[in-house]
Amino acid sequence: MTELNTTANIAGPDEFYAELLAVHEDLSKAESDAFNARLILLLANHIGDRAVLSQALRAASLKKRDEEN
Amino acid sequence: MSKIFETPLYPYTRSTDQDAAEPAQHPVIVVGAGPIGLAAAIDLAMQDVAVVVVDDNDKVSWGSRAICFAKRPLEILDRLGCGDPMVDKGVMWNLGKVYFDERQVFGFNLLPEDGHKRPAFINLQQYYFEQYLIDRVRQLQAEGKPIELRGGNKVLEVAQKEDCVDLTIGTPDGPYRLHADWLIACDGAASPIRNMMGLDFVGRVFEDNFLIADVIMDAEFPTERWFWFDPPFNRGQSALLHKQPDNVWRIDFQLGWDIDRDEELKAENIDRRLKAMLGEDIKYELEWSSIYTFQCRRMDRFHEGRVIFAGDAAHQVSPFGARGANSGLQDTDNLGWKLKLILDGKAPESLLDSYDVERIHGADENILNSSRSTDFITPKSEISRIFRDAVLDLSERYEATRPMVNSGRLSVPCTYDGSPLNGPDCDGMPERTRPGSPMVDAPLPNGWLLDRLGSGFYLVAIDTDVPETLEIDGVGITGLRLSTDGDADGYLHQRYLGEAKSAVYLVRPDQHVAARWISYDEAETAGALRKAIGRSR
Repeated sequence: MTELNTTANIAGPDEFYAELLAVHEDLSKAESDAFNARLILLLANHIGDRAVLSQALRAASLKKRDEEN
Repeated sequence: MSKIFETPLYPYTRSTDQDAAEPAQHPVIVVGAGPIGLAAAIDLAMQDVAVVVVDDNDKVSWGSRAICFAKRPLEILDRLGCGDPMVDKGVMWNLGKVYFDERQVFGFNLLPEDGHKRPAFINLQQYYFEQYLIDRVRQLQAEGKPIELRGGNKVLEVAQKEDCVDLTIGTPDGPYRLHADWLIACDGAASPIRNMMGLDFVGRVFEDNFLIADVIMDAEFPTERWFWFDPPFNRGQSALLHKQPDNVWRIDFQLGWDIDRDEELKAENIDRRLKAMLGEDIKYELEWSSIYTFQCRRMDRFHEGRVIFAGDAAHQVSPFGARGANSGLQDTDNLGWKLKLILDGKAPESLLDSYDVERIHGADENILNSSRSTDFITPKSEISRIFRDAVLDLSERYEATRPMVNSGRLSVPCTYDGSPLNGPDCDGMPERTRPGSPMVDAPLPNGWLLDRLGSGFYLVAIDTDVPETLEIDGVGITGLRLSTDGDADGYLHQRYLGEAKSAVYLVRPDQHVAARWISYDEAETAGALRKAIGRSR
């Protein structure tokens, strides 16, 4: 089974981060929220693996391991 | 012109039971002559169980109500001998379109799987559905089957005795009493029987109102299901257009929670909505309109002593996904043969516990699916609306998110995984026909597989041998031998063999798989049959 990759995996992290913020620059809060939702859905579809997606949802919640389940 | 639903089809007539000194005793009384009550009664009468249906009304459903019937219920109706008139009259459809705001987001084709006698769905007004069931009741009566339909008979009181249910029935001639070995309550979501017995019906309330307008019009629209999210003519809400027979179109407007029902139902307000949706010059006749709200809820148990609940009386879902009448018919399909075996003394009364287990499993599946549809159609928070709109916006451009668009997940039959009645499974055989599943139809050289099954236990042998008939503890089993030689398109192989060279399926009277093996073994078969009728665990 594939595990969620939580080690650094993006070449050029500074460029990616800048690109991510740049997209939001001229957006209102509502437009940014909508953009983020679309981005999450596209990335989730790309990953596809349901187990990895569930791991990502848990990881993003920042709960400690003993708080899980 | 008077409509079928304005004509009394089973008007009150006085029964000799009303003049009896002591309450007449009947094996089964069904309360409610809707789709579920009639199907239950037909199923029992076809097995020679005497059944009386009582209803305080004397007409079929007022207005179209349930309009979408799925394949599995159509197969059940075939078993009950009345599938043909439904399918002949019904409208078949496979195409749908989804709109968001002012744009068409995408169109879809349900692409029904080949190799089935019945289509994935038909649209048919509930009044036709009930009328054809009543026609079937009359046909059975002409054949001398023990089935009676008493209109103008309203249950006033219900009491459980040790060996019967004691009913007081109100009629235009005054009240009388009846005794039933078993009572089947199919008296709808507001079930008076359930209320009289003080039984709980809990679940989730959805704070929303929907306006149904059924209009007759010679429209050029194709036979497709059109669904709108947040359209200009109904801002912030949803709408649905769907075709029924006789040029009747179902139009559904979501209204929200705080509305004035009387105001919304005024003809001029419905007219304003219809013209905003369909254009100022639209010509139509309004056949029926109604405002409904809904809940998703079920009873804790579906039978209480000798009173059994089926259909909306036992469980209620949102209309999205056509899971109300469709699941009710699966209730009666599950119940009929069990009650027959109990009445004949061939199965213990505890077999009814499996009705609860299996149909609660079905109800929970339907409630889950219909709640999810409702949450997509009516987002309950800001963030859920953001994601809903994101799914719709992406779907206009990319296929990726289209499967998430949820305007109702249309009813599919329930597999009774984990049922206490399930016997052994066999490695390598297809998952879709595992024990607990409904048999999947397949073309045979001279007809269809499902037309050969039902109303009794069967042993279906594929590329192997089984006895022609068999009797275990007084329960008959009929052998059906099939060969993949005549299976040109490979449906039998795909649906029943998988990797196996041969297969033997033990099939229940409701066409669900009880157990399956590579080849026939008498002791194995006997064990699985006893398990399937609740005689061993």
